[in-house]
Amino acid sequence: MSSTVLVPGALRGETGGESRLAIGSAGTLGAVLDEVARRWPRLERRIRDEQGQLRRYVNVYVDGADCRLTGGLATPVPAGAEIQVVPSVAGG
Amino acid sequence: MAVLMAIGTGKGLFLARSEDERKSWEVSGPHFPMSGVYAVGIDCRRATPRLLAGATSSHFGPSVSTSDDLGASWHEPDHAPLAFPADTGAALARVWQLKPAGPGEPDVVYAGTEPSALFRSADGGVTYEMVRALWEHPHREHWAPGGGGQALHTVLPHPHEPSRVLVAVSTGGVYRTTDAGSSWSASNSGIKAYFLPDQFPEFGQCVHKVVQDAGDPERLYLQNHHGVYRSDDGGASWRSIADGLPSDFGFAMVAHPTRPGVVYSFPLTADAMRFPADERCRVFRSQDAGQTWEALSDGLPTEPFYPSVLRDAMCADDADPAGVYFGTRSGEVYASADEGDSWRLVAAHLPDVLCLRAAVV
Repeated sequence: MSSTVLVPGALRGETGGESRLAIGSAGTLGAVLDEVARRWPRLERRIRDEQGQLRRYVNVYVDGADCRLTGGLATPVPAGAEIQVVPSVAGG
Repeated sequence: MAVLMAIGTGKGLFLARSEDERKSWEVSGPHFPMSGVYAVGIDCRRATPRLLAGATSSHFGPSVSTSDDLGASWHEPDHAPLAFPADTGAALARVWQLKPAGPGEPDVVYAGTEPSALFRSADGGVTYEMVRALWEHPHREHWAPGGGGQALHTVLPHPHEPSRVLVAVSTGGVYRTTDAGSSWSASNSGIKAYFLPDQFPEFGQCVHKVVQDAGDPERLYLQNHHGVYRSDDGGASWRSIADGLPSDFGFAMVAHPTRPGVVYSFPLTADAMRFPADERCRVFRSQDAGQTWEALSDGLPTEPFYPSVLRDAMCADDADPAGVYFGTRSGEVYASADEGDSWRLVAAHLPDVLCLRAAVV
């Protein structure tokens, strides 16, 4: 099983410029982000805090669905899924 | 002589450098654009000064970075340099203070955070560990957030006795350790909390800033949420030194780096009227440890002035004579190269200034 994480431009400095990350893990969004934490720790901690919670103004979509509406970190990630990380519209 | 000023703003860190006896300044930045930089440090205990910056992205969270080339490049570890242990259930919201320890501990840097906790670095500010005894203090659950958040914003390591550290929390008050952080005691005797039924409680005061006298580390000056105080016994007791100031409200307080008894304040009218006292841009200086105060305004704007100066947005450098600096929420930075006697505008049109530090580099 594998999946792909799509990295927004603002975070590509944490991936050496890569916009698409091939992830061996699938199953749940939490498992995917755990692998991101092992391989790109600076990227993962921009997405989740040290308690493993998604940061408030980062949105994550699994195959186009907002994970906050589909189980959060327990959201199922099927093989071949695309996980899109998107900074929310916030700030001034 | 080159002097570097680090200007933390709501949207990044700016660096200002003067090579001509602080007559002119070249401003560069922003570093960490769009991140709020609430804490900066210039650690001059090293052969090459190390810059420390606590930046918080509203999207991607907080972190701490260091620079060993005066801001040309910044380093941040792969793993979070400052994080709450898993068993606390807490997550770092913001770094409010980065404070190098005394000369006897050249690799120790302290960090004060939101939520209110103290962290200690033993590698020069690259990585930090939480000081657990303060986090587990039975008072902590009773601390409450001030207007800016629930933060430990002031750290004063004793310059000669590394086992002694004083911290201040909004709201919570002053706490001290004399055993290198193993135990902590509230230290607010004499400080008023007008907003509580018991106006002189053991803890719960909204202390805004504490600084240390240049000549006597037992002498401290404190700007409270209404109230300006001095301690002559290392913080064990406090008495008012507000007489002579136009207001006892404000956030910033700065001690002269070398002259005993010299301290600076930027008074605001009141809690419910957070404009400069009398709507005038003035720094107040005492040269007798708070017994008397004088207004300093030569070179500062003379028209009605409304921006406030936040708790870490005033500082002094370590030159002789000392430079004094303050930044405003309207993005202006004023500097004095003669200990406050005269001032000039050195930067304008920046984002809101949150913190300042300056040093000879």
